[in-house]
Amino acid sequence: MTKNSLVYVIPCSGIGKTLGTVGRKATYKLIEELRPQETRTTCLALLTVGDKAIVDKIRNVPCISIDGCPVRCAQKNIEASKGLLLKRFLVTDVLRKNRNLKPKGIIKLNPEGEKLAMLLAKEVAITVDNIIRDE
Amino acid sequence: MMAIVKNKVGIVSCSGEELPEGTVSRIATRLVLEKLRPDETVTICLPLFLAGGEDERSFTRVYPTITVDGCEKQCAKVGTSKYSGKPAATLLVTDILKKHPELELASRDELTPEETIVVDLMVEEIVKKVDEILYQQKRMGN
Ligand code: SF4
Ligand code: SF4
Repeated sequence: MTKNSLVYVIPCSGIGKTLGTVGRKATYKLIEELRPQETRTTCLALLTVGDKAIVDKIRNVPCISIDGCPVRCAQKNIEASKGLLLKRFLVTDVLRKNRNLKPKGIIKLNPEGEKLAMLLAKEVAITVDNIIRDE
Repeated sequence: MMAIVKNKVGIVSCSGEELPEGTVSRIATRLVLEKLRPDETVTICLPLFLAGGEDERSFTRVYPTITVDGCEKQCAKVGTSKYSGKPAATLLVTDILKKHPELELASRDELTPEETIVVDLMVEEIVKKVDEILYQQKRMGN
């Protein structure tokens, strides 16, 4: 297998739920602040509609899903597209470990939601580093 | 057969995580849902059409639906049509940008005050469509 230098991090759309927004926010923190060279994202909806260019891409580049709730739309859409899904994150898991945080808001997260997003982004960053180191 | 729900309009936004235009469509949709027409509108997470089941896919049969898309790929329109049914109306952020070439988008996370003008214009378009659909329903005695 060729060495990976790039990982796709794909959050669920989460328009209906605060925790979906936390997942998307964590993705932006990761791809714009923490690991801008090593990570990319894509619109999950492109997988929902079966866009050929992005489906071909995620079959060959390692992917991480971030889902807001246990319905796991990002994971399921990547799997249905036969993407190279190496790790799955769920915002509710991170929330369980940080019960003191009470995220609120969908258009704009409250500071606790932002904090949760950063904690999640840092967890995902470690996974990205491992994927890049191991492959 | 599922009956259409009276006095409610569905709004399905594209997920648009990668592009600033997608962020505009998400935020504009949320603003209509939360602030401008909270009692008259409902939404669904678009990827649920694939990840969910028949309940989710019946969305357009229960609510006349407006799709709101960031770019010409029109994922909300295509996804809604593919899994659920024909939308009652379709809107596109890039159409607004074409009408207002002076407005530019660059952020996909936090929008600048200038970028929120595009959101406001999109909100206006969505509200106009919601009201049109509700008015038509009323006229048809639904
Ligand atoms: S995983 Fe949950 S929050 Fe995310 S898009 Fe699906 S239903 Fe919405
Ligand atoms: S319509 Fe464009 S911005 Fe929206 S999800 Fe699809 S590709 Fe992304």
